[in-house]
Amino acid sequence: MIVDIAIIAVKAFLVLFMVLNLAGVLGWVERKGSALIQDRIGANRASIFGFAGMGLVNTLVADPLKFLTKEDFIPPAGDKLLHTLAPCMALFPALVTFAVIPFGDVLILGDRVINLQVANINVGILYVFAMGSLGVYGIVIGAWASNNKFSLLGGVRGSAQMISYEVAMGLSVIGVLMVYGTLDLQEIARDQGVLIREMLPAGLAFLRPVIGWLPAWGVFLQPLAFLLFFTSAVAETKRIPFDLPEGESELVAGYHVEYSGGKFLMFFAGEFAEVVTAAGLVTTLFFGGWQVPYLMRDGFHFPWSSTWLLPHLTVVVLQVVAFTLKVFFFCWLQILLRWSVPRFRYDQVMRLGWKMMLPLALLNVAVTAVIIVAAQ
Amino acid sequence: MNAATVIFFILASLLVISSLMVVFLRRVVHCAIALVTALLLMAILFVSLQAPMVGVLQVMVYAGAIMVLFLFVIMFLNPSALEQPSAAWWGLAVVLSALLGACLVPLFSHYEPGDNPVTSTELFGSPEVLAKSLFGEFVLPFEIASVLLLVAIVGAVVLAKREHASDGAA
Repeated sequence: MIVDIAIIAVKAFLVLFMVLNLAGVLGWVERKGSALIQDRIGANRASIFGFAGMGLVNTLVADPLKFLTKEDFIPPAGDKLLHTLAPCMALFPALVTFAVIPFGDVLILGDRVINLQVANINVGILYVFAMGSLGVYGIVIGAWASNNKFSLLGGVRGSAQMISYEVAMGLSVIGVLMVYGTLDLQEIARDQGVLIREMLPAGLAFLRPVIGWLPAWGVFLQPLAFLLFFTSAVAETKRIPFDLPEGESELVAGYHVEYSGGKFLMFFAGEFAEVVTAAGLVTTLFFGGWQVPYLMRDGFHFPWSSTWLLPHLTVVVLQVVAFTLKVFFFCWLQILLRWSVPRFRYDQVMRLGWKMMLPLALLNVAVTAVIIVAAQ
Repeated sequence: MNAATVIFFILASLLVISSLMVVFLRRVVHCAIALVTALLLMAILFVSLQAPMVGVLQVMVYAGAIMVLFLFVIMFLNPSALEQPSAAWWGLAVVLSALLGACLVPLFSHYEPGDNPVTSTELFGSPEVLAKSLFGEFVLPFEIASVLLLVAIVGAVVLAKREHASDGAA
Protein backbone atom coordinates (compact mmCIF):
# COMPACT_ATOMS: atom_id res chain seq x y z
CA MET A 1 0.00 0.00 0.00
CA ILE A 2 2.63 2.54 1.12
CA VAL A 3 4.97 1.37 -1.63
CA ASP A 4 2.22 1.75 -4.27
CA ILE A 5 1.51 5.30 -3.16
CA ALA A 6 5.24 6.06 -3.13
CA ILE A 7 5.63 4.72 -6.68
CA ILE A 8 2.75 6.89 -7.94
CA ALA A 9 4.17 9.93 -6.12
CA VAL A 10 7.62 9.36 -7.63
CA LYS A 11 6.16 8.97 -11.14
CA ALA A 12 4.02 12.11 -10.76
CA PHE A 13 7.01 14.06 -9.43
CA LEU A 14 9.29 12.87 -12.24
CA VAL A 15 6.82 13.77 -14.98
CA LEU A 16 5.99 17.18 -13.48
CA PHE A 17 9.71 17.84 -12.96
CA MET A 18 10.50 16.93 -16.57
CA VAL A 19 7.65 18.99 -18.06
CA LEU A 20 8.38 22.10 -15.99
CA ASN A 21 12.11 21.94 -16.60
CA LEU A 22 11.68 21.26 -20.28
CA ALA A 23 9.34 24.27 -20.41
CA GLY A 24 12.07 26.36 -18.80
CA VAL A 25 14.77 25.07 -21.13
CA LEU A 26 12.49 25.70 -24.10
CA GLY A 27 12.55 29.39 -23.18
CA TRP A 28 16.29 29.24 -23.76
CA VAL A 29 15.93 27.16 -26.94
CA GLU A 30 13.42 29.67 -28.25
CA ARG A 31 15.78 32.62 -27.68
CA LYS A 32 18.94 31.01 -28.94
CA GLY A 33 17.08 29.12 -31.67
CA SER A 34 15.40 32.25 -32.97
CA ALA A 35 18.79 33.97 -32.94
CA LEU A 36 20.24 31.08 -34.94
CA ILE A 37 17.37 31.24 -37.45
CA GLN A 38 17.64 35.03 -37.82
CA ASP A 39 21.46 35.11 -37.84
CA ARG A 40 21.78 36.96 -34.54
CA ILE A 41 23.73 36.12 -31.36
CA GLY A 42 20.77 36.14 -28.99
CA ALA A 43 20.72 36.36 -25.20
CA ASN A 44 24.31 36.67 -23.94
CA ARG A 45 24.38 39.43 -21.32
CA ALA A 46 23.81 37.95 -17.87
CA SER A 47 26.61 35.89 -16.39
CA ILE A 48 27.62 34.40 -13.06
CA PHE A 49 31.36 35.05 -12.42
CA GLY A 50 31.89 35.44 -16.14
CA PHE A 51 29.99 32.26 -17.02
CA ALA A 52 27.18 33.03 -19.47
CA GLY A 53 26.63 29.43 -20.62
CA MET A 54 25.38 30.29 -24.11
CA GLY A 55 22.67 32.48 -22.56
CA LEU A 56 21.46 29.72 -20.24
CA VAL A 57 22.18 31.93 -17.20
CA ASN A 58 20.02 34.57 -18.81
CA THR A 59 16.94 32.48 -19.39
CA LEU A 60 17.13 30.03 -16.49
CA VAL A 61 18.28 32.34 -13.68
CA ALA A 62 18.15 36.02 -14.58
CA ASP A 63 14.78 36.09 -16.37
CA PRO A 64 12.69 34.31 -13.71
CA LEU A 65 14.37 36.40 -10.99
CA LYS A 66 13.54 39.54 -12.93
CA PHE A 67 9.91 38.47 -13.37
CA LEU A 68 9.49 37.55 -9.72
CA THR A 69 10.95 40.81 -8.40
CA LYS A 70 8.87 43.06 -10.65
CA GLU A 71 5.76 44.85 -9.45
CA ASP A 72 2.68 42.64 -9.63
CA PHE A 73 0.15 45.08 -11.05
CA ILE A 74 -3.59 44.48 -10.79
CA PRO A 75 -5.78 46.94 -12.73
CA PRO A 76 -7.77 48.98 -10.18
CA ALA A 77 -10.98 48.61 -12.20
CA GLY A 78 -10.42 44.90 -12.76
CA ASP A 79 -11.51 41.91 -10.76
CA LYS A 80 -8.80 41.27 -8.18
CA LEU A 81 -9.69 37.66 -7.36
CA LEU A 82 -10.15 36.43 -10.93
CA HIS A 83 -7.13 38.38 -12.17
CA THR A 84 -5.04 36.37 -9.70
CA LEU A 85 -6.76 33.05 -10.44
CA ALA A 86 -6.53 33.25 -14.24
CA PRO A 87 -2.79 32.42 -14.61
CA CYS A 88 -3.32 29.32 -12.44
CA MET A 89 -6.24 28.30 -14.66
CA ALA A 90 -3.97 28.68 -17.69
CA LEU A 91 -1.08 26.70 -16.20
CA PHE A 92 -3.06 23.88 -14.56
CA PRO A 93 -4.50 22.07 -17.64
CA ALA A 94 -1.16 22.30 -19.44
CA LEU A 95 0.61 20.54 -16.56
CA VAL A 96 -1.90 17.80 -15.72
CA THR A 97 -2.48 16.59 -19.29
CA PHE A 98 0.89 14.82 -19.28
CA ALA A 99 -0.43 12.45 -16.57
CA VAL A 100 -1.93 10.05 -19.13
CA ILE A 101 0.95 10.16 -21.63
CA PRO A 102 3.06 6.98 -21.23
CA PHE A 103 6.82 7.52 -21.19
CA GLY A 104 7.79 3.85 -21.26
CA ASP A 105 6.38 0.32 -21.26
CA VAL A 106 6.51 -1.57 -17.95
CA LEU A 107 9.42 -1.63 -15.53
CA ILE A 108 9.72 -4.96 -13.72
CA LEU A 109 11.49 -4.72 -10.35
CA GLY A 110 11.46 -8.06 -8.57
CA ASP A 111 7.80 -9.17 -8.64
CA ARG A 112 6.49 -5.61 -8.98
CA VAL A 113 5.32 -4.46 -12.40
CA ILE A 114 5.41 -0.68 -12.74
CA ASN A 115 3.47 0.87 -15.59
CA LEU A 116 5.53 3.83 -16.81
CA GLN A 117 2.60 6.24 -16.97
CA VAL A 118 1.33 8.41 -14.13
CA ALA A 119 -2.37 7.60 -14.46
CA ASN A 120 -3.56 4.61 -16.45
CA ILE A 121 -7.23 5.34 -17.13
CA ASN A 122 -9.13 3.55 -19.88
CA VAL A 123 -10.37 6.83 -21.38
CA GLY A 124 -6.92 8.44 -21.67
CA ILE A 125 -7.46 10.37 -24.88
CA LEU A 126 -10.81 11.75 -23.68
CA TYR A 127 -9.05 12.99 -20.53
CA VAL A 128 -6.61 14.86 -22.77
CA PHE A 129 -9.48 16.60 -24.55
CA ALA A 130 -11.30 17.30 -21.28
CA MET A 131 -8.24 19.05 -19.87
CA GLY A 132 -7.64 20.80 -23.20
CA SER A 133 -11.16 22.21 -23.12
CA LEU A 134 -10.43 23.70 -19.67
CA GLY A 135 -7.50 25.66 -21.13
CA VAL A 136 -9.94 28.24 -22.48
CA TYR A 137 -10.79 29.52 -18.99
CA GLY A 138 -7.32 30.86 -18.25
CA ILE A 139 -7.34 33.29 -21.15
CA VAL A 140 -11.06 34.18 -21.08
CA ILE A 141 -11.07 34.92 -17.35
CA GLY A 142 -7.69 36.65 -17.51
CA ALA A 143 -8.91 38.83 -20.36
CA TRP A 144 -12.18 39.71 -18.66
CA ALA A 145 -10.73 40.34 -15.21
CA SER A 146 -8.21 42.84 -16.62
CA ASN A 147 -11.06 45.20 -17.60
CA ASN A 148 -9.19 46.26 -20.72
CA LYS A 149 -10.65 46.34 -24.23
CA PHE A 150 -7.50 44.97 -25.86
CA SER A 151 -7.44 42.11 -23.33
CA LEU A 152 -11.09 41.30 -23.91
CA LEU A 153 -10.64 41.26 -27.69
CA GLY A 154 -7.68 38.92 -27.25
CA GLY A 155 -9.66 36.68 -24.92
CA VAL A 156 -12.60 36.48 -27.34
CA ARG A 157 -10.28 35.69 -30.24
CA GLY A 158 -8.46 33.08 -28.18
CA SER A 159 -11.55 31.25 -27.01
CA ALA A 160 -13.10 31.20 -30.50
CA GLN A 161 -9.84 29.89 -31.94
CA MET A 162 -9.33 27.23 -29.28
CA ILE A 163 -12.90 25.94 -29.51
CA SER A 164 -12.71 25.83 -33.32
CA TYR A 165 -9.48 23.87 -33.40
CA GLU A 166 -10.59 21.49 -30.65
CA VAL A 167 -13.23 20.25 -33.10
CA ALA A 168 -10.70 19.51 -35.84
CA MET A 169 -8.30 18.02 -33.29
CA GLY A 170 -10.91 15.67 -31.85
CA LEU A 171 -12.06 14.49 -35.26
CA SER A 172 -8.51 13.91 -36.51
CA VAL A 173 -7.83 11.57 -33.58
CA ILE A 174 -10.92 9.47 -34.39
CA GLY A 175 -9.06 7.88 -37.31
CA VAL A 176 -6.21 6.82 -35.00
CA LEU A 177 -8.64 5.41 -32.46
CA MET A 178 -10.36 3.40 -35.21
CA VAL A 179 -7.06 1.89 -36.36
CA TYR A 180 -5.85 0.86 -32.88
CA GLY A 181 -9.32 0.29 -31.41
CA THR A 182 -8.70 1.77 -27.94
CA LEU A 183 -8.90 5.05 -26.02
CA ASP A 184 -6.03 4.07 -23.72
CA LEU A 185 -2.83 5.92 -24.67
CA GLN A 186 -0.60 3.16 -23.25
CA GLU A 187 -2.42 0.59 -25.42
CA ILE A 188 -2.06 2.86 -28.48
CA ALA A 189 1.68 3.15 -27.81
CA ARG A 190 1.96 -0.63 -27.36
CA ASP A 191 0.06 -1.36 -30.59
CA GLN A 192 2.58 0.73 -32.51
CA GLY A 193 5.33 -1.74 -31.65
CA VAL A 194 4.28 -4.37 -34.18
CA LEU A 195 5.22 -4.21 -37.85
CA ILE A 196 2.72 -3.14 -40.47
CA ARG A 197 2.87 -6.59 -42.10
CA GLU A 198 1.40 -8.13 -38.95
CA MET A 199 -1.43 -5.59 -38.89
CA LEU A 200 -2.40 -5.52 -42.59
CA PRO A 201 -5.81 -7.07 -43.16
CA ALA A 202 -6.11 -9.80 -45.81
CA GLY A 203 -7.65 -7.37 -48.31
CA LEU A 204 -4.52 -5.21 -48.32
CA ALA A 205 -1.97 -8.05 -48.43
CA PHE A 206 -0.53 -6.75 -51.73
CA LEU A 207 1.02 -3.83 -49.79
CA ARG A 208 3.13 -6.17 -47.64
CA PRO A 209 6.41 -6.09 -49.62
CA VAL A 210 6.23 -2.29 -49.94
CA ILE A 211 5.48 -1.04 -46.44
CA GLY A 212 5.39 -4.27 -44.43
CA TRP A 213 8.79 -3.66 -42.86
CA LEU A 214 7.77 -0.34 -41.28
CA PRO A 215 6.65 -0.22 -37.64
CA ALA A 216 2.88 0.36 -37.35
CA TRP A 217 3.28 3.98 -36.24
CA GLY A 218 0.31 6.30 -36.51
CA VAL A 219 2.08 8.54 -39.00
CA PHE A 220 2.34 5.67 -41.52
CA LEU A 221 -1.23 4.46 -41.02
CA GLN A 222 -2.87 7.88 -40.62
CA PRO A 223 -0.67 10.48 -42.36
CA LEU A 224 -3.51 12.96 -42.92
CA ALA A 225 -4.61 12.66 -39.30
CA PHE A 226 -1.04 13.48 -38.24
CA LEU A 227 -0.96 16.69 -40.29
CA LEU A 228 -4.38 17.78 -39.01
CA PHE A 229 -3.59 16.90 -35.40
CA PHE A 230 -0.22 18.63 -35.40
CA THR A 231 -1.66 21.78 -37.00
CA SER A 232 -4.52 21.99 -34.53
CA ALA A 233 -2.16 21.25 -31.62
CA VAL A 234 -0.02 24.22 -32.69
CA ALA A 235 -3.19 26.32 -32.97
CA GLU A 236 -4.16 25.28 -29.43
CA THR A 237 -0.83 26.50 -28.05
CA LYS A 238 -1.68 29.97 -29.46
CA ARG A 239 1.80 30.52 -30.92
CA ILE A 240 2.72 32.02 -34.28
CA PRO A 241 1.23 31.44 -36.89
CA PHE A 242 -1.83 31.15 -34.65
CA ASP A 243 -1.00 33.83 -32.05
CA LEU A 244 -4.03 36.01 -32.88
CA PRO A 245 -5.08 36.18 -29.19
CA GLU A 246 -1.78 38.00 -28.50
CA GLY A 247 -1.28 39.77 -31.83
CA GLU A 248 1.04 42.45 -30.46
CA SER A 249 0.76 44.69 -33.53
CA GLU A 250 -3.02 44.89 -33.10
CA LEU A 251 -3.82 44.12 -29.46
CA VAL A 252 -0.58 45.13 -27.65
CA ALA A 253 -0.31 41.68 -26.02
CA GLY A 254 -3.91 40.49 -26.14
CA TYR A 255 -5.26 38.61 -23.16
CA HIS A 256 -2.19 39.20 -20.95
CA VAL A 257 -1.73 42.95 -21.54
CA GLU A 258 -2.42 43.70 -17.88
CA TYR A 259 -0.20 40.98 -16.48
CA SER A 260 3.27 41.54 -15.08
CA GLY A 261 5.74 39.82 -12.80
CA GLY A 262 5.10 36.29 -11.55
CA LYS A 263 1.63 36.04 -13.06
CA PHE A 264 2.92 36.81 -16.53
CA LEU A 265 5.63 34.21 -15.92
CA MET A 266 2.85 31.67 -15.26
CA PHE A 267 1.15 32.44 -18.58
CA PHE A 268 4.56 32.19 -20.23
CA ALA A 269 5.39 28.85 -18.56
CA GLY A 270 1.89 27.57 -19.39
CA GLU A 271 2.51 28.26 -23.07
CA PHE A 272 5.74 26.25 -23.05
CA ALA A 273 4.15 23.47 -20.99
CA GLU A 274 1.47 23.29 -23.71
CA VAL A 275 4.23 22.98 -26.31
CA VAL A 276 5.75 20.07 -24.37
CA THR A 277 2.36 18.40 -23.95
CA ALA A 278 1.54 18.80 -27.64
CA ALA A 279 4.90 17.22 -28.49
CA GLY A 280 4.18 14.34 -26.09
CA LEU A 281 0.76 13.75 -27.64
CA VAL A 282 2.03 13.81 -31.23
CA THR A 283 4.78 11.39 -30.22
CA THR A 284 2.38 9.02 -28.49
CA LEU A 285 -0.34 9.01 -31.13
CA PHE A 286 1.70 9.11 -34.32
CA PHE A 287 5.38 8.33 -33.66
CA GLY A 288 5.20 5.20 -31.55
CA GLY A 289 5.41 6.88 -28.14
CA TRP A 290 8.24 5.15 -26.28
CA GLN A 291 8.73 2.54 -29.05
CA VAL A 292 12.13 2.11 -30.62
CA PRO A 293 11.65 0.47 -34.05
CA TYR A 294 12.03 -3.32 -33.82
CA LEU A 295 12.73 -3.20 -30.06
CA MET A 296 10.49 -5.71 -28.25
CA ARG A 297 10.44 -6.39 -24.52
CA ASP A 298 13.40 -8.78 -24.74
CA GLY A 299 15.55 -6.99 -27.33
CA PHE A 300 15.69 -6.14 -30.99
CA HIS A 301 13.83 -8.32 -33.54
CA PHE A 302 14.80 -7.05 -36.97
CA PRO A 303 12.58 -7.73 -40.01
CA TRP A 304 15.45 -9.58 -41.69
CA SER A 305 14.84 -12.12 -38.91
CA SER A 306 17.93 -11.52 -36.83
CA THR A 307 17.60 -10.81 -33.13
CA TRP A 308 19.71 -9.00 -30.58
CA LEU A 309 18.62 -9.80 -27.03
CA LEU A 310 19.03 -7.13 -24.36
CA PRO A 311 18.51 -7.13 -20.57
CA HIS A 312 15.22 -5.72 -19.29
CA LEU A 313 16.67 -2.56 -17.73
CA THR A 314 18.49 -1.62 -20.95
CA VAL A 315 15.24 -1.98 -22.89
CA VAL A 316 13.38 0.27 -20.44
CA VAL A 317 16.12 2.90 -20.52
CA LEU A 318 16.15 2.82 -24.33
CA GLN A 319 12.37 3.30 -24.39
CA VAL A 320 12.39 6.26 -22.01
CA VAL A 321 15.30 7.85 -23.87
CA ALA A 322 13.53 7.30 -27.22
CA PHE A 323 10.36 8.96 -25.89
CA THR A 324 12.32 11.91 -24.52
CA LEU A 325 14.24 12.42 -27.76
CA LYS A 326 11.03 12.31 -29.80
CA VAL A 327 9.45 14.90 -27.49
CA PHE A 328 12.56 17.09 -27.84
CA PHE A 329 12.30 16.82 -31.62
CA PHE A 330 8.66 17.92 -31.74
CA CYS A 331 9.32 20.78 -29.32
CA TRP A 332 12.10 21.95 -31.61
CA LEU A 333 9.86 21.55 -34.65
CA GLN A 334 7.25 23.81 -33.04
CA ILE A 335 9.87 26.45 -32.26
CA LEU A 336 11.21 26.22 -35.81
CA LEU A 337 7.66 26.72 -37.10
CA ARG A 338 7.08 29.69 -34.81
CA TRP A 339 10.13 31.53 -36.18
CA SER A 340 9.65 30.56 -39.83
CA VAL A 341 6.10 31.53 -40.78
CA PRO A 342 4.21 34.83 -40.49
CA ARG A 343 1.00 35.24 -38.50
CA PHE A 344 -2.30 34.38 -40.20
CA ARG A 345 -5.08 36.90 -40.57
CA TYR A 346 -8.04 36.13 -38.30
CA ASP A 347 -10.41 35.17 -41.13
CA GLN A 348 -7.70 32.87 -42.51
CA VAL A 349 -7.43 31.10 -39.15
CA MET A 350 -11.18 30.54 -39.03
CA ARG A 351 -11.36 29.44 -42.67
CA LEU A 352 -8.50 26.99 -42.20
CA GLY A 353 -10.14 25.52 -39.10
CA TRP A 354 -13.74 25.21 -40.22
CA LYS A 355 -13.64 25.03 -44.03
CA MET A 356 -10.46 23.04 -44.65
CA MET A 357 -9.39 21.04 -41.60
CA LEU A 358 -12.84 19.99 -40.41
CA PRO A 359 -13.94 18.53 -43.81
CA LEU A 360 -10.53 16.87 -44.23
CA ALA A 361 -10.82 15.31 -40.77
CA LEU A 362 -14.31 14.03 -41.61
CA LEU A 363 -13.00 12.66 -44.91
CA ASN A 364 -10.19 10.92 -43.03
CA VAL A 365 -12.69 9.26 -40.68
CA ALA A 366 -14.89 8.15 -43.60
CA VAL A 367 -12.01 6.76 -45.69
CA THR A 368 -10.53 4.97 -42.67
CA ALA A 369 -13.91 3.41 -41.88
CA VAL A 370 -14.37 2.24 -45.48
CA ILE A 371 -10.88 0.71 -45.60
CA ILE A 372 -11.29 -1.06 -42.25
CA VAL A 373 -14.68 -2.51 -43.18
CA ALA A 374 -13.74 -3.40 -46.77
CA ALA A 375 -10.45 -5.06 -45.83
CA GLN A 376 -11.93 -7.35 -43.20
CA MET B 1 -13.00 4.77 7.94
CA ASN B 2 -10.92 3.88 4.90
CA ALA B 3 -9.15 6.21 2.49
CA ALA B 4 -11.99 6.17 -0.06
CA THR B 5 -14.51 7.39 2.55
CA VAL B 6 -12.19 10.18 3.67
CA ILE B 7 -11.72 11.30 0.07
CA PHE B 8 -15.47 11.15 -0.49
CA PHE B 9 -16.20 13.40 2.48
CA ILE B 10 -13.53 15.92 1.49
CA LEU B 11 -14.90 16.05 -2.07
CA ALA B 12 -18.53 16.18 -0.94
CA SER B 13 -17.96 19.03 1.49
CA LEU B 14 -16.03 21.01 -1.12
CA LEU B 15 -18.85 20.31 -3.57
CA VAL B 16 -21.48 21.62 -1.15
CA ILE B 17 -19.39 24.73 -0.42
CA SER B 18 -18.86 25.54 -4.11
CA SER B 19 -22.54 24.92 -4.88
CA LEU B 20 -23.52 27.35 -2.12
CA MET B 21 -21.09 29.84 -3.64
CA VAL B 22 -22.92 29.53 -6.97
CA VAL B 23 -26.09 30.67 -5.27
CA PHE B 24 -24.79 33.26 -2.82
CA LEU B 25 -21.88 35.06 -4.53
CA ARG B 26 -22.64 38.62 -5.61
CA ARG B 27 -20.95 38.88 -9.01
CA VAL B 28 -22.27 36.77 -11.85
CA VAL B 29 -18.85 35.81 -13.24
CA HIS B 30 -17.80 34.59 -9.79
CA CYS B 31 -20.95 32.45 -9.68
CA ALA B 32 -20.10 30.96 -13.06
CA ILE B 33 -16.56 30.09 -11.93
CA ALA B 34 -17.96 28.54 -8.75
CA LEU B 35 -20.26 26.44 -10.95
CA VAL B 36 -17.27 25.28 -13.03
CA THR B 37 -15.53 24.31 -9.77
CA ALA B 38 -18.60 22.38 -8.65
CA LEU B 39 -18.76 20.53 -11.97
CA LEU B 40 -15.06 19.66 -11.75
CA LEU B 41 -15.47 18.34 -8.20
CA MET B 42 -18.44 16.27 -9.36
CA ALA B 43 -16.24 14.82 -12.12
CA ILE B 44 -13.57 13.86 -9.56
CA LEU B 45 -16.34 12.23 -7.50
CA PHE B 46 -17.33 10.14 -10.54
CA VAL B 47 -13.70 9.12 -11.08
CA SER B 48 -13.39 8.09 -7.44
CA LEU B 49 -16.52 5.93 -7.92
CA GLN B 50 -14.75 3.93 -10.69
CA ALA B 51 -16.57 5.73 -13.52
CA PRO B 52 -13.79 7.71 -15.26
CA MET B 53 -15.78 7.82 -18.51
CA VAL B 54 -18.67 9.71 -16.89
CA GLY B 55 -16.26 12.00 -15.07
CA VAL B 56 -14.31 12.87 -18.20
CA LEU B 57 -17.49 13.45 -20.22
CA GLN B 58 -18.77 15.68 -17.42
CA VAL B 59 -15.67 17.88 -17.72
CA MET B 60 -15.72 17.89 -21.53
CA VAL B 61 -19.40 18.68 -22.00
CA TYR B 62 -20.36 20.80 -18.99
CA ALA B 63 -17.16 22.41 -17.71
CA GLY B 64 -15.42 22.62 -21.08
CA ALA B 65 -18.22 23.54 -23.48
CA ILE B 66 -21.48 24.67 -21.89
CA MET B 67 -19.92 26.81 -19.16
CA VAL B 68 -17.65 28.53 -21.69
CA LEU B 69 -20.81 29.55 -23.54
CA PHE B 70 -22.36 30.78 -20.25
CA LEU B 71 -19.26 32.85 -19.54
CA PHE B 72 -19.34 34.32 -23.03
CA VAL B 73 -22.93 35.49 -22.60
CA ILE B 74 -22.20 36.88 -19.13
CA MET B 75 -19.08 38.68 -20.34
CA PHE B 76 -20.83 40.32 -23.29
CA LEU B 77 -23.98 41.35 -21.45
CA ASN B 78 -21.84 42.34 -18.44
CA PRO B 79 -24.41 42.65 -15.68
CA SER B 80 -22.67 44.69 -12.96
CA ALA B 81 -24.14 42.79 -10.01
CA LEU B 82 -27.14 40.65 -9.27
CA GLU B 83 -30.26 42.61 -8.44
CA GLN B 84 -31.50 42.07 -4.93
CA PRO B 85 -34.17 39.35 -5.31
CA SER B 86 -37.56 40.37 -3.97
CA ALA B 87 -39.26 38.74 -0.99
CA ALA B 88 -41.69 36.91 -3.29
CA TRP B 89 -38.79 35.15 -5.05
CA TRP B 90 -37.25 34.18 -1.71
CA GLY B 91 -40.59 32.74 -0.61
CA LEU B 92 -40.96 30.75 -3.82
CA ALA B 93 -37.38 29.48 -3.49
CA VAL B 94 -37.94 28.35 0.10
CA VAL B 95 -41.18 26.52 -0.81
CA LEU B 96 -39.59 24.75 -3.78
CA SER B 97 -36.53 23.72 -1.76
CA ALA B 98 -38.74 22.38 1.00
CA LEU B 99 -40.73 20.33 -1.54
CA LEU B 100 -37.54 18.93 -3.07
CA GLY B 101 -36.20 18.11 0.39
CA ALA B 102 -39.47 16.37 1.24
CA CYS B 103 -39.01 14.14 -1.83
CA LEU B 104 -35.75 12.90 -0.33
CA VAL B 105 -37.31 11.85 3.00
CA PRO B 106 -38.99 8.62 1.78
CA LEU B 107 -35.80 7.74 -0.13
CA PHE B 108 -33.63 7.96 2.96
CA SER B 109 -36.11 6.36 5.36
CA HIS B 110 -36.28 3.19 3.24
CA TYR B 111 -32.58 3.12 2.41
CA GLU B 112 -30.78 -0.08 3.32
CA PRO B 113 -27.14 -0.14 2.30
CA GLY B 114 -26.32 -3.45 0.65
CA ASP B 115 -22.94 -5.13 0.83
CA ASN B 116 -22.27 -4.44 -2.83
CA PRO B 117 -24.96 -2.18 -4.24
CA VAL B 118 -23.69 -2.17 -7.81
CA THR B 119 -22.62 -5.53 -9.17
CA SER B 120 -19.76 -3.95 -11.05
CA THR B 121 -17.68 -5.99 -13.41
CA GLU B 122 -14.29 -5.12 -14.84
CA LEU B 123 -15.92 -3.47 -17.85
CA PHE B 124 -18.60 -1.55 -15.95
CA GLY B 125 -18.77 2.02 -17.21
CA SER B 126 -16.01 1.45 -19.75
CA PRO B 127 -16.20 3.03 -23.20
CA GLU B 128 -16.73 -0.42 -24.78
CA VAL B 129 -19.86 -1.19 -22.76
CA LEU B 130 -21.21 2.33 -23.21
CA ALA B 131 -20.64 2.25 -26.98
CA LYS B 132 -22.25 -1.19 -27.33
CA SER B 133 -25.45 -0.13 -25.59
CA LEU B 134 -25.49 3.30 -27.27
CA PHE B 135 -24.95 2.05 -30.81
CA GLY B 136 -26.65 -1.34 -30.36
CA GLU B 137 -29.65 -1.46 -28.09
CA PHE B 138 -30.38 2.28 -28.05
CA VAL B 139 -29.29 3.22 -31.56
CA LEU B 140 -32.72 4.58 -32.59
CA PRO B 141 -33.16 7.01 -29.64
CA PHE B 142 -29.52 8.02 -30.11
CA GLU B 143 -30.03 8.88 -33.78
CA ILE B 144 -33.30 10.70 -33.05
CA ALA B 145 -31.56 12.79 -30.40
CA SER B 146 -28.75 13.68 -32.81
CA VAL B 147 -31.27 14.73 -35.51
CA LEU B 148 -33.11 16.86 -32.93
CA LEU B 149 -29.88 18.62 -32.00
CA LEU B 150 -29.11 19.18 -35.69
CA VAL B 151 -32.56 20.70 -36.19
CA ALA B 152 -31.95 23.03 -33.25
CA ILE B 153 -28.60 24.14 -34.68
CA VAL B 154 -30.00 24.74 -38.16
CA GLY B 155 -32.95 26.61 -36.64
CA ALA B 156 -30.63 28.89 -34.66
CA VAL B 157 -28.57 29.66 -37.77
CA VAL B 158 -31.69 30.42 -39.82
CA LEU B 159 -33.08 32.75 -37.13
CA ALA B 160 -29.77 34.59 -36.82
CA LYS B 161 -29.48 34.97 -40.61
CA ARG B 162 -33.01 36.34 -41.00
CA GLU B 163 -32.41 39.05 -38.43
CA HIS B 164 -29.18 39.95 -40.18
CA ALA B 165 -30.89 40.21 -43.60
CA SER B 166 -33.63 42.53 -42.29
CA ASP B 167 -30.92 44.75 -40.78
CA GLY B 168 -29.31 45.07 -44.20
CA ALA B 169 -32.64 45.87 -45.87
CA ALA B 170 -33.39 48.64 -43.38
